[in-house]
Amino acid sequence: MPHTPTGEPDAAPADIAPVDVEPLVQLVSPTGERVVEPDNAGYRSRVDHLTSEDLRALYRDMVLTRRFDDEATALQRQGELALYAQGRGQEAAQVGSAYALAPQDYVFPSYREHGVLQARGVDPVDRLRLYRGQDHGGWDTEAHNVHLYTLVIGSHVLHATGYAMGIQRDGAVGTGDAARDAAVVTYFGDGATSQGDVSEALVFAAVNNAPVVFFLQNNQWAISEPTSRQSRAPLYQRGEGFGIPSVRVDGNDVLAVYAVTAEALERAHSGGGPTFIEAYTYRMGAHTTSDDPSRYRERAEEDYWARRDPIERVAALLRAEDGWDDDWAAGIDREADALGERLRTEVRQLGAPPTATMFEHVYATEHAQVQTERAWFEQYENETNETTGATR
Amino acid sequence: MSETLTFARAITEGLRSALESDPKVLVMGEDVGRNGGVFRVTDGLQKDFGEDRVVDTPLAESGIVGTAIGLALRGYRPVCEIQFDGFVFPAYDQITTQLAKMHYRSRGRLQVPVVIRIPYGGGIGAVEHHSESPEALFAHTPGLRVVSPSTPQDAYDMIRAAVASPDPVLFFEPKGRYWSKGEVAAGPYPTAQAAGGADVLNRARIARPGTDVTLVAYGPTVATALKAADTLGAEGTSAEVVDLRAISPLDVTAVAESVRRTGRCVVVHEAPTFLGSGAEVAARVSEECFYSLEAPVLRVGGFHAPYPVAKLEHEYLPSVDRVVDAVDRVLAH
Repeated sequence: MPHTPTGEPDAAPADIAPVDVEPLVQLVSPTGERVVEPDNAGYRSRVDHLTSEDLRALYRDMVLTRRFDDEATALQRQGELALYAQGRGQEAAQVGSAYALAPQDYVFPSYREHGVLQARGVDPVDRLRLYRGQDHGGWDTEAHNVHLYTLVIGSHVLHATGYAMGIQRDGAVGTGDAARDAAVVTYFGDGATSQGDVSEALVFAAVNNAPVVFFLQNNQWAISEPTSRQSRAPLYQRGEGFGIPSVRVDGNDVLAVYAVTAEALERAHSGGGPTFIEAYTYRMGAHTTSDDPSRYRERAEEDYWARRDPIERVAALLRAEDGWDDDWAAGIDREADALGERLRTEVRQLGAPPTATMFEHVYATEHAQVQTERAWFEQYENETNETTGATR
Repeated sequence: MSETLTFARAITEGLRSALESDPKVLVMGEDVGRNGGVFRVTDGLQKDFGEDRVVDTPLAESGIVGTAIGLALRGYRPVCEIQFDGFVFPAYDQITTQLAKMHYRSRGRLQVPVVIRIPYGGGIGAVEHHSESPEALFAHTPGLRVVSPSTPQDAYDMIRAAVASPDPVLFFEPKGRYWSKGEVAAGPYPTAQAAGGADVLNRARIARPGTDVTLVAYGPTVATALKAADTLGAEGTSAEVVDLRAISPLDVTAVAESVRRTGRCVVVHEAPTFLGSGAEVAARVSEECFYSLEAPVLRVGGFHAPYPVAKLEHEYLPSVDRVVDAVDRVLAH
């Protein structure tokens, strides 16, 4: 049975997803102690090289991701964003996995991977252009090796697999050159596992031995539907059915997530093919700002998982291992404050793009329908403006 | 230099030319490798270009198109084969929701030059789901180019332009014409920009000049319209046949120019006429040629019923007789 941060046993309320599922790769307990067991020795060795500086870097990105989340939620409440999908509670799964990536690796996110974008250096303002209704994308995918968010559930998992098949054809797998061998990590949720595209992606990746890591964040809820409405079997077993090595990891344990992702990437880089990771975590917030979780889940469950906050766990680990420093932590908080201030200022300044942009880039080469309708619309606008001016 | 090829072989040679000219070109689909495709359009290509470039895929259409999008994002130019028209729908979401919009939503940063070849249309006595004409469903989606050749020469030129084009192209192959023959001349392989703007992907052609009525057709019905024009010619009516080649973009200029001369227009396609591409042609002609029209624009095509059993398909498909009947009606005005 897991323990609370105060050391008391903490049973899961009835009818909710328990945290103590087995098997589960865990390297740090919810109370911040290293978990040392014979069967996690392989994973422990994958984090041996991480220093307290590395832990602090992980903590920093998780805190900044949390602040980004809170500020974006507030901006939506103030009418500055059309919508926002909160990532609260999934910071360890996202930041920990992204830390394992090599620069040349490529990410295909869903739409809630704010922590991955933080770790990959995507500008925080750019991350909100889509949610402000100002851009359908928002960032330069090639600059960060992060594809745009995909809103249709599961579609991008196939794109990730195809991209990985391209990496194979480029000869960038199994060369042994750490700066060359590349892989893809694609993020999706428990709801997405029911989509046919995800199963087809597993088929294509398996038969092609494609260098792709399927990173499932099981946050227990697909809007209002619990994972029990998506699957009868534990989700990590989904990969095994396709012949893909699979593992379930404590998604709120940033070191364990890092370790399993590093193992999967090593397999992909070396030509060993795909891996399926189920990061067992919890969506602490609403599905989006349009959602009200009180309609379908119990407060007791939210409280239960709140006591397993992934950021608190890293903080506890740092404290336990003398990596914590109050001045340093205060500096992170000031950095988070500055991030919030920047978002509040700059997101508000993101205005509507010029009207003509709705006709731009529909095609890469000229297309008669677009040209004709654009010409008509521009003339219509000009005439309307002239008429309006004349009546004034 | 030219040689006589079947329509199907013209596409094969077009694909071969693309594979030879651009190392990023891939051919992928069900049975396209060792088997050469169920219509043999990719026959011999895997032997010559290898399993990494001519790829037998799992039997999953959404997977084929979805992974093709990913390959395109990595810099490849995949040419996907959908085995039959009626099997494209599992991929409909990937095509319309993802493929069509990627360039737009990335503000032009990401190109997805994917070609989707679809043998389509009826007349070959096939079973259910093997004779459909879903082109209008795709032409309705901004971001996709939708084309259909009617001659071996166009099939060769258009597949090469489609593969070289930076935009996604739905390439509808009139399967009933696969065994027809014609002269095919080779030419230089087009650059991406030249291909996107190429006449064969953007401009209609006059398949037969005439003065009394304009017959608008594409793909399989160009042959039907030409036969109808022969029949009408014997009766003293001069019909002009316009082969659209592309449904998206629609060459309204060429159609309107013809109809202004003839004053009458009949559109012929195998797809159901209700909300089909002929409806768009009729609407555009009424806008552009209102004062030249001597009669309403008529459409000849499939009915608003699922494609019928093979034993009835010749009553369902637009026949020479039905085209001549429509011409008689527009001439009666």
